[in-house]
Amino acid sequence: MASDVSALQLVLSGDPALFAIVRLSLYVSLAAVVLAALIGIPLGAWIALTNFRGRQGVIVLLNALMGLPPVVVGLAVYLALSRSGPLGSFGLLFTPGAMIVAQTVLVAPIIAALTRQTIEDLWIEYRDELTAMNLGPFGRVAALIWDARFSLVTALLAGFGRAAAEVGAIIIVGGNIEGFTRTMTTAIALETSKGDLPLAVGLGLVLIGIVIAVNALAWTARRAGERLAG
Amino acid sequence: MRAPSSELPIEFDGVTVAAGGVTILDNIALTLAPGAPTVLIGPNGSGKSTLLRVAMGLLAPSRGRITWGGLENVPPHKRAIVFQRPAMLRRSAAANVSFALRAAGVPRAEHARRTGELLRLVGLEALADRAARRLSGGEQQRLALARALARDPAVLFLDEPTASLDPVATKAVEDIIRAVSERNIKVVMATHDFGEARRLAGEVVMLHRGRIVETGAVASFFDAPQTPEARTFLAGELLI
Amino acid sequence: MNMLTRRVLIAAAALVFASPAFAQDKSIVVASTTSTQDSGLFGHILPMFKAKTGIDVKVVAQGTGQALDTGRRGDADVVFVHARPAEEKFVSEGFGVKRYPVMYNDFVLIGPKSDPAGIKGSKDIVAALSAIKAKGSDFISRGDKSGTHQAELNLWKVAGVDIAKDKGPWYKEIGQGMGAALNTASASNAYVLADRGTWLSFKNRGDLVIAVEGDKRLFNQYGVMLVSPEKHASVKKDLGQQFIDWLVSSEGQKAIADYKINGEQLFYPNASDSGA
Repeated sequence: MASDVSALQLVLSGDPALFAIVRLSLYVSLAAVVLAALIGIPLGAWIALTNFRGRQGVIVLLNALMGLPPVVVGLAVYLALSRSGPLGSFGLLFTPGAMIVAQTVLVAPIIAALTRQTIEDLWIEYRDELTAMNLGPFGRVAALIWDARFSLVTALLAGFGRAAAEVGAIIIVGGNIEGFTRTMTTAIALETSKGDLPLAVGLGLVLIGIVIAVNALAWTARRAGERLAG
Repeated sequence: MRAPSSELPIEFDGVTVAAGGVTILDNIALTLAPGAPTVLIGPNGSGKSTLLRVAMGLLAPSRGRITWGGLENVPPHKRAIVFQRPAMLRRSAAANVSFALRAAGVPRAEHARRTGELLRLVGLEALADRAARRLSGGEQQRLALARALARDPAVLFLDEPTASLDPVATKAVEDIIRAVSERNIKVVMATHDFGEARRLAGEVVMLHRGRIVETGAVASFFDAPQTPEARTFLAGELLI
Repeated sequence: MNMLTRRVLIAAAALVFASPAFAQDKSIVVASTTSTQDSGLFGHILPMFKAKTGIDVKVVAQGTGQALDTGRRGDADVVFVHARPAEEKFVSEGFGVKRYPVMYNDFVLIGPKSDPAGIKGSKDIVAALSAIKAKGSDFISRGDKSGTHQAELNLWKVAGVDIAKDKGPWYKEIGQGMGAALNTASASNAYVLADRGTWLSFKNRGDLVIAVEGDKRLFNQYGVMLVSPEKHASVKKDLGQQFIDWLVSSEGQKAIADYKINGEQLFYPNASDSGA
């Protein structure tokens, strides 16, 4: 890791705070993806397997929520987490925790909608077998999620891409505090506003590199896994 | 849930299945009792698959009733089915079988041993670690048999298990079916291959347009069909 | 709730609450303006304050209007801004405990080298603005209710221009921060009112130069206030007051005076001037 850091720092002519910024960016985005997966995968699977009134409407809504405007989410989370808001007593505003909450709200619909689609397709294929095996609802969902795991990686990646690239929500709820809530994207926004375009572009390249690296890692893992499990 | 001592016999009493204004099964009366395999024959669309699904408990009759060991609404603890195109779980062959064992409530400690036995029975022990979806059609059909047998069924439903298989693969599957039948598992199988029906059946049930047109022991059915439909069908002519 | 669900929830909460660098217990949140942050002043003085007191100061840089609102909602412990009437209103409404004058800097009118309004080198901001309007030269306004925006609106008023009514296509309100306004002016060769600190540390100048400076009416007073602990119990009043006391102390005032870019002083401490 250390050699990577010095390489990155070389790229940016030795910004000492860069490593902390990159680490915070990854932590916030990955934590948001984990939380969003905990919400989105079971929710998507449940919608895929359940018939209820208004299901079509829920699916349309979920697909629409994939495009939630980050600024609006940021504002809503800001108002909720503000000391004057309903969740103010947690003191989360202007902390990394607030950024994780906002990004979870942004990413969960993406994961839920893509999971719903994936699981529903698989359910059409598996329905007869799983029913004939007399599997209960929990067993069905578990089997479908497990067998769809490689496709679900794509959903998680889509969520991570959204989270890692996002600035509108986290700059509002995180406050872009130096050394505390400053991420790659908010730092890029700040450097741009300071007119330091070369540093902003450099940070942008690092961000793009990280997103590509994470995708490449997940892709490799997916290919290897598929070769084993079909 | 009441559990009968046995899920056999399975009795159809005036079972009708209709969907979207089309009658798929029409007033079926049939008893499936322990013994030699029962083979359902009839042209495509005659209702064979639907009858198997109702017998398995996957499909409720629109009218009439079906009982397992004298009871209604019996969950399929002792029944298993192999569909015409079995879905392969995205796992290894062995994992497909152990999944079925787990679903059947077999204690985890026995999974490895039972999986080995079942794969050996269907001749797939060498392919245990192969991804199930990478197996050939005949291998998938045999894996589906192993998966069904993992449920330790009293009755096994097979929906055209050898359709679209080559003769070698067909023979492998038929050998397994024979072995299964010899273990006192009741086999109920749909096919439109007369030769297969002759080779495997104890009793033949012929369906046409959702109705049972003729039932009989295999020899008498093929040698002396009683109804014009059966005669037309067996003569190889189009039965409309 | 079964064991598994409970464990998952605990793990999820841990993700949110146990973020890295979360365990800075001795810290305050200061809502301030983009000008103080972008100019680099905080980067200069906060390490000194931290070394003396061990208190981490987390600066949320916003426009003056938004910073005051952040204080009003109780989301900051201290508000450090530059719009005296708005600050006095904040205190009189009970959201701030007391306003302390801290320092001033000055605004400069920035414009393209080509100087289409012919005002370069002038010391009269009012005449310069009148010329810009008369010639219809491009002008970028922050348009974000920030302290700088309010100062700009005030200067138009002094110049006898009712900008809400008189503005034409030459007057562009971008609704963004100081840096974005300078970037826009640089890209479109327009005039823009900026605080000197942000201008000095701004790197993407293009053809922009200072057109007008030195007019007394361009001075820009900063004030600092503790958010009322009576309105919001979460306010860290002792730590916050410690920061304010340090800012107006001779030590803090010297730290402010010592901050220079390219040898040029950006902020002039005047805490002792009770009228400021």
